[in-house]
Amino acid sequence: MDVVDLEKTPLRDFNQALHDLAGKSDEASFQVLNPRGKHAVASGIDAPAYVEIEGSVGYYCGSMNKQATVVVNGSAGVGLAENIMSGIVHVKGDASSSAGATGIGGMVVIDGNASSRCGISNRGADIIVKGNVGHMSAFMAQAGNLVVLGDAGEAFGDSLYEAKLFVRGNVKSLGADCVEKEMKDKHKKLLRELLDKAGIGPEVDVSEFKRYGSARQLYNFKIDNLEAY
Amino acid sequence: MSRDGRWIHSPPRPSATFDEYAIAEIQRAAATGIYDIRGFGAKRKVPHFDDLLFLGASMTRYPLEGYREKCATDVVLGTRFAKKPIHLKVPITIAGMSFGSLSGPAKEALGRGANAVGTSTTTGDGGMTPEERGHSKILVYQVLPSRYGMNPDDLRKADALEVVVGQGAKPGGGGMLLGQKISDRVAEMRTLPKGIDQRSACRHPDWTGCDDLEIKIGELRELTDWQVPIYIKVGASRPYYDTALAVKSGADVVVLDGMQGGTAATQEVFIEHVGIPTLAAIRPAVQALQDLDMHRKVQLIVSGGIRTGADVAKALALGADAVSVGTGALIALGDNAPHLDEEYEKIGSKAGCYDDYHEGNDPAGITTQNPELYKRFDPVEGGRRLANYLSVLTLETQTIARACGKSHVNHLEPEDLAALTVESAAMAQVPLAGTSWIPGKSNGGF
Repeated sequence: MDVVDLEKTPLRDFNQALHDLAGKSDEASFQVLNPRGKHAVASGIDAPAYVEIEGSVGYYCGSMNKQATVVVNGSAGVGLAENIMSGIVHVKGDASSSAGATGIGGMVVIDGNASSRCGISNRGADIIVKGNVGHMSAFMAQAGNLVVLGDAGEAFGDSLYEAKLFVRGNVKSLGADCVEKEMKDKHKKLLRELLDKAGIGPEVDVSEFKRYGSARQLYNFKIDNLEAY
Repeated sequence: MSRDGRWIHSPPRPSATFDEYAIAEIQRAAATGIYDIRGFGAKRKVPHFDDLLFLGASMTRYPLEGYREKCATDVVLGTRFAKKPIHLKVPITIAGMSFGSLSGPAKEALGRGANAVGTSTTTGDGGMTPEERGHSKILVYQVLPSRYGMNPDDLRKADALEVVVGQGAKPGGGGMLLGQKISDRVAEMRTLPKGIDQRSACRHPDWTGCDDLEIKIGELRELTDWQVPIYIKVGASRPYYDTALAVKSGADVVVLDGMQGGTAATQEVFIEHVGIPTLAAIRPAVQALQDLDMHRKVQLIVSGGIRTGADVAKALALGADAVSVGTGALIALGDNAPHLDEEYEKIGSKAGCYDDYHEGNDPAGITTQNPELYKRFDPVEGGRRLANYLSVLTLETQTIARACGKSHVNHLEPEDLAALTVESAAMAQVPLAGTSWIPGKSNGGF
């Protein structure tokens, strides 16, 4: 594993080295020291690389990731794994707002809590939060899955499209057009697969979760729904 | 009226306040219970470039010979930070318009026309199509609040990025694409079910405020290895502060879109009542750049109601580096063409007035996803018409610039202008014609 000390190596040089891996099949691996809250660390990788960051990062860590595994042994700022395409971004601490925003694929795992708007405009990523998520999480989420082992804040799933939401704890309030839905066997199977993929064992029982989805009442403007707008 | 032809009562008198449009809108609102949605830009009369005149050369300055002495038109955008600034042959770009709001052939035609004159086109709310990339030599990729279709592969194919904070037709509003235009392909590109109304977010999902935007732009620079220019587009509302904050946020280029700027679909009340006219927005934006010593270092693109070379020249004279056309480009492609009048009437409009782009029934095949309609549109012919239009805009701009003695269209300056009205004199900060008076400023003499 190559060691990159961001106190000595400019972030631009490190990100460029990661981008230069595109098209190469070698599984390069890096241990990153002293991130000290820098923004856009390990953003835009398109290669099967492994990046382990020792410390906390700023905004947009691992954004637009393809193929790579990015592990943060610390906490992450706004927009963690924004627009993730594939691969895994795993934060051992907490994540700030808009974690996993607009993701298309891949998996985001947050061992701690995620702040507001977690999974906003999700378009296909799987987001697993072991703690709680803040208000307006999964806002306008179009596809993909959000799994919350703790509680969800206010206006959860507001203006939701076709994303699937699973919460083990309490939901403070549901947003417009988000409703609790029946947890069928196929949903339990999906949830189990997501948990397994995130490394969460059978000690977490899928039957403890509730499923939420779109009531699909706001998909086309209806004057009868005026109070919801 | 009496038999001898004299009025015995006052003649029927329409109200200036409750005019035919106001009355019709009240009647429409009462019948439907919902606001009116339409495309196009503001249709009300507002102070515009028509209220300015060029002074031309005279005893104190000499003109350049038309057809002989060179008047250059090229412009370079993105010189502040980008490793690969954009070089345009003409200072007239094609504004962002989405695949979804426009048909695939219409987007292709925009690329063909822009290529022919050496300028850029811009994606829109819905992502980049392969056809669009393939037919546009210089393509600006919009980063919008919805992020529909956004992905790093397309991001890196772009020649520039444009972070859209707002647009002139609806500063503070998000996109809108109603269900009838959501074909299978549009739905797939946007990861949404077919046939639903797509109301794009009005705020970005991963940043709020200009401090965040600075970090967001830093991320976009990292993702693209600092290669391409990054624009920030704002709807004209508080142009001095928005421009200053765009510079602070790290923009290479500021795109300033006035209220006459077009849209595919927005509430009528939004289009006509939010934002300020293009004419009123330019000088404050230029002032902000000058105050920061960034004029000509961060380039300014102005859009919203650009129709003619005179409009282009006036925008440049007020301090813009380039302009952008959207509605004008669509009209050049064939939108609102007179020969379609009968078909427009069948759908409740008429040639010259058609603005129901959101309904997807455009007989010109431009603002539709209906294959029966868009196959009527020939992208090669459309591209040729757009190229002609852009060439005429350029020739007209050069004509005026030469008359003012300029060897480059970007040498035009406010001193070349006079205003026809007090309002336009105040907004453009040029003297009322025949005087040295600029409202709000002390008499500066001649």
